[in-house]
Amino acid sequence: MENLELSNVASQVRRDIVRMVAGVSSGHPGGSLGCADFLTLLYFDLMNHNSDKFSMEGKNEDVFYLSNGHISPVWYSVLARAGYFPVKELETFRKISSRLQGHPSTDKKLPGIRMASGSLGQGLSVGIGTAEVKKLNNDKSIVYTLHGDGELQEGQIWEAAMYAAGNKVDNIIATIDYNGRQIDGDVDDVLSLGDLKLKWQAFGWEVLTMNGHDFKEMKETLAQAKGMLGKQKPVVILMVTEMGMGVDYMMGSHKWHGVAPNSEQLDNALNQLKETLGDY
Amino acid sequence: MIMKEFEVFGNKDTRSGFGEGLAEIARSNNKVVGLCADLTGSLKMNAFKDENPERFFQVGIAEANMIGIAAGMAVGGMIPYTGTFANFSTGRVYDQIRQSVAYSNKNVKICASHAGLTLGEDGATHQILEDIGMMRMLPNMTVVVPADFNQTKQATMAISELDGPVYLRFGRPVMPIFTSSDQEFVIGKADVLQEGTDVTIIACGHMVWKSIEAAKILFESGISVELINMHTIKPLDEQAIIDSVSKTKCVVTAEEHMMNGGLGDAVAQVLSKNLPCPHEYVAVNDSFGESGKPMDLMAKYGIDSPDIVDAVNKAMSRKSI
Repeated sequence: MENLELSNVASQVRRDIVRMVAGVSSGHPGGSLGCADFLTLLYFDLMNHNSDKFSMEGKNEDVFYLSNGHISPVWYSVLARAGYFPVKELETFRKISSRLQGHPSTDKKLPGIRMASGSLGQGLSVGIGTAEVKKLNNDKSIVYTLHGDGELQEGQIWEAAMYAAGNKVDNIIATIDYNGRQIDGDVDDVLSLGDLKLKWQAFGWEVLTMNGHDFKEMKETLAQAKGMLGKQKPVVILMVTEMGMGVDYMMGSHKWHGVAPNSEQLDNALNQLKETLGDY
Repeated sequence: MIMKEFEVFGNKDTRSGFGEGLAEIARSNNKVVGLCADLTGSLKMNAFKDENPERFFQVGIAEANMIGIAAGMAVGGMIPYTGTFANFSTGRVYDQIRQSVAYSNKNVKICASHAGLTLGEDGATHQILEDIGMMRMLPNMTVVVPADFNQTKQATMAISELDGPVYLRFGRPVMPIFTSSDQEFVIGKADVLQEGTDVTIIACGHMVWKSIEAAKILFESGISVELINMHTIKPLDEQAIIDSVSKTKCVVTAEEHMMNGGLGDAVAQVLSKNLPCPHEYVAVNDSFGESGKPMDLMAKYGIDSPDIVDAVNKAMSRKSI
């Protein structure tokens, strides 16, 4: 898909995000807005996937796991806009009996979701498990995972990182939403990750970096990442993003990590985001 | 009144039943994969590993990662069996099981050895007595605690047929084998080992053999024991309990587990709703274990056959009040 078209989709996704969280006065807009461009690129350009007939097993399809499940609004919007379920259903987000739970789940059978997430640190292990099965089955498709940078404070991530390198799981691309912020403040203030690139390299991964708001650069970096697969090393991308991207008053701070805008703030946000595909 | 003769087919550890069952089921089901966190020998997974090197995944001492990988493999259509000690299979990874296995309803078989006091000399850090409680609280989870080597082997194979999360609990000590090698394992269907009229003993795991020993003593003093091997804690065979207790009017539960949250509490729920009656627990009473020989520990912590005899006498005496 052309970059301009991707931008248009992402703009609509951002509208969906702020409307969803404002609609229930809860949810996590900051990281959702920050990852809107990346998830749009994944589902509208990069991944080989089937939105018409969702398959839990994902055989011969690329599989995506959202490990930082609190940014569910962006995933739900992108899944709906990609055709996994009716866009209208976005209005049920976080409401009683909805398939769109506060954090992603499988028990209500929302197409597109293969694993519950929200309790942080688990998605890389899960992705590795699916990647290992793809290897067993000689399935050449790819597993993608997304993680928050704050999430990397969870020890299980590093258990998984060690396993993937040690076992040459070279059909997985993990991406880190490197926005430098978490709910209590800047990551550096809460618990510094140190030299993140060196850490991943020391764990035996190929490390790439990219700007998570530049489609051209993301396409190039992901093409490079795919080119590195099959060479006995897993690949991680440190994706620099701005929490709250697209809504000026949400940017430059950690304060909109898990706070929904009120109606006035919502109007302000919507004035900054072009309606391109029609609101739900 | 006749006490059945229980034929003993030999003596083995239940973990070896797991190892044999895993190797055997893998020969006919190529979806079965095995994961282990650096305890392949202890879990008796070497036969599986040697026959299926491509389907065996050594994850190292990283149990949280093991559960996550298993869940991801289940998404891909495999039937993962994870193996480590019961403590590291449950308490250490409760949240991983809760989110990625139980809530996500993935077809992962969590296979847990060295459960309870009979792990022995390693002591309380490794002697988990809360695992049945933790696992039976989780929605979607099936909890199986087979009684001996043969039954553990059969159960290991049977759980591959169930599409969903299973917790399979077994142990380390060598114990008598009293179920036959060809006895089919039916998940959720209790085995009535001995019919009787005075008291119902409901036991799981190693405590089934201890209950057989107790029943022999009780029969000699004229007490007719009905003995149930409740190898599946969840889903619980409620009908078997109701049918038996309707006749005997009192119950003793016996488990190598904490008094809180295990088999006894599961049975008590059924009784309180359907058939309130005297019920005595043979279980560890709100205490950690310690180092020692397995059978010495069972005696010290009140879960040996004489404790079952005492509990039966107490339960029966309460019937007449």
